[in-house]
Amino acid sequence: MTARQPMLGNLFTRARLVGIATITTLIILWWLLTTGFGVIGEYRFPSPEQFLASLKRIWTDGYAGGTLIEQVVQSLRLVAIGFFTAIAVGVPLGFLMGYDKRIEAFINPVFLLLRPIPPLAWIPLAIVWLGLGDASKIMVIFVAAFVPSVINTYTGVRNIPPHFVEAALVHGASRWRMIREVYLPDAAPMIFTGLRLSLQASWTTLVAAELVGAFLGLGRVLQTAYRDVNTAMILVAMVAIAIAGFVTTRMLAALETRVIRWKNIE
Amino acid sequence: MIRRIPLWLWSVSGIVLFFGLWQGVVSVGWVSEFVLPSPIKVVDRFLTLMGRPFAGFLLWEHALSSLGRFMSGYVLAAAIGIPLGLMMGRFRLLDEIITPLFESYRYVAPLAWVPFAALWFGTGIGGPIMIIFTGAFAPCLVNAYRGAKLVDMHLIEAAQTHGASEFRIAREVLLPGSLPSIVAGLRISAGLGWQSLIGAELIVVSSGIGYVMTQGQMNLSPETVITAMLVIGLIGLALDVILRMIESRVSSKWKRE
Repeated sequence: MTARQPMLGNLFTRARLVGIATITTLIILWWLLTTGFGVIGEYRFPSPEQFLASLKRIWTDGYAGGTLIEQVVQSLRLVAIGFFTAIAVGVPLGFLMGYDKRIEAFINPVFLLLRPIPPLAWIPLAIVWLGLGDASKIMVIFVAAFVPSVINTYTGVRNIPPHFVEAALVHGASRWRMIREVYLPDAAPMIFTGLRLSLQASWTTLVAAELVGAFLGLGRVLQTAYRDVNTAMILVAMVAIAIAGFVTTRMLAALETRVIRWKNIE
Repeated sequence: MIRRIPLWLWSVSGIVLFFGLWQGVVSVGWVSEFVLPSPIKVVDRFLTLMGRPFAGFLLWEHALSSLGRFMSGYVLAAAIGIPLGLMMGRFRLLDEIITPLFESYRYVAPLAWVPFAALWFGTGIGGPIMIIFTGAFAPCLVNAYRGAKLVDMHLIEAAQTHGASEFRIAREVLLPGSLPSIVAGLRISAGLGWQSLIGAELIVVSSGIGYVMTQGQMNLSPETVITAMLVIGLIGLALDVILRMIESRVSSKWKRE
């Protein structure tokens, strides 16, 4: 068993080397299949050169109504507004549901009724109500990000061991102190799990909503490139979406380690 | 005083308030029927759509065609994701090769695959199946991988000493050992795959229950849109309930052994 698992540092470098080798091989293979031997045509998948040319084009001249920066900023802005509004409502609501059985009984049935409807299914209704502009996108992102933040906060608060609460009560902690020093720190990991799922759902929903109809944004780039059968630009948009999702997820993770470390010090 | 009210009464009042407010704002005329149809109108629309074709088919026929497509993409995702995840948990080199690729794939929102799916496989059957696949694939793989990592190495070594082939080890040690994790992954996959299909039907596919919504939106008929939303929610719920039942059965059986 020990022979199979080398030391941690050792494993890290090995995994990294194999990873770099894999990606390099893939890029060479990509070039060979497209430019090199021409097995895959431009209308199926772009060559690396075409990809770079499209990247340069959208960076300097713009595409589908804006440069890459403008498109990314538009999508990021909508995700940020929808996500933060949703968690500003969802986390307190989930907290109250976990904190008080009556609030749980009051809200949970309606919540259970609406929850199975996937966020993407709200897109047409959002368009009927708010049109194709920013407002309808913010609405669907709100719906998408709201559900995970409520459920996970609720679960996190509800699963706090009762003896923690009782111990604090015996020592005469006030309600406010209980919330700040028992409930919130204990539920923090679950709350962050919810936020991570919310963020992921926000991106998925935004891309879908912008594909259905938008004037600007990464999904709009994707849709325009699809109509033009510009596979290189499709790939550029997909990579941009992946990077934007990756960076925002990392930012949230950094915030999480900070908050949880603060909790441990206390 | 408020403490004496039993919990079930709170639940009932929550539901009543929800539907009451919905019906109320429409009946009073604060919100136009063209924006938010009343619950009664939605039920009426549901019954109509069950008996009279809309966008070419009856409501349940649209739902069935979506469900059929969902099934093919979902089965494909499970058939590739689960074995691959198990193998990654078993062989380190494979793990190291696939992980960086998988990590980069994971950050692409499933719906961002729609253009390529449509260009490669068309918008009839192939494209939607690929989109469901991209939505449902990740949890299948991740959970099979985690499950395989949890399997006791001693069991695998014991099987090896007794001369079991790799295939037998996979079937008789890895798969049973990781089954609870796999089934949990299948449940998450089902939700994501179902939602991806709806997205695909909204964007490029011109049939299925998502298409009913698009048509309802274009005809400015919110009651059709809401009816379709309810059907989508009900099917999603049914899938979830079935997989939850399988999940609890598997985990209770697994604990006993």
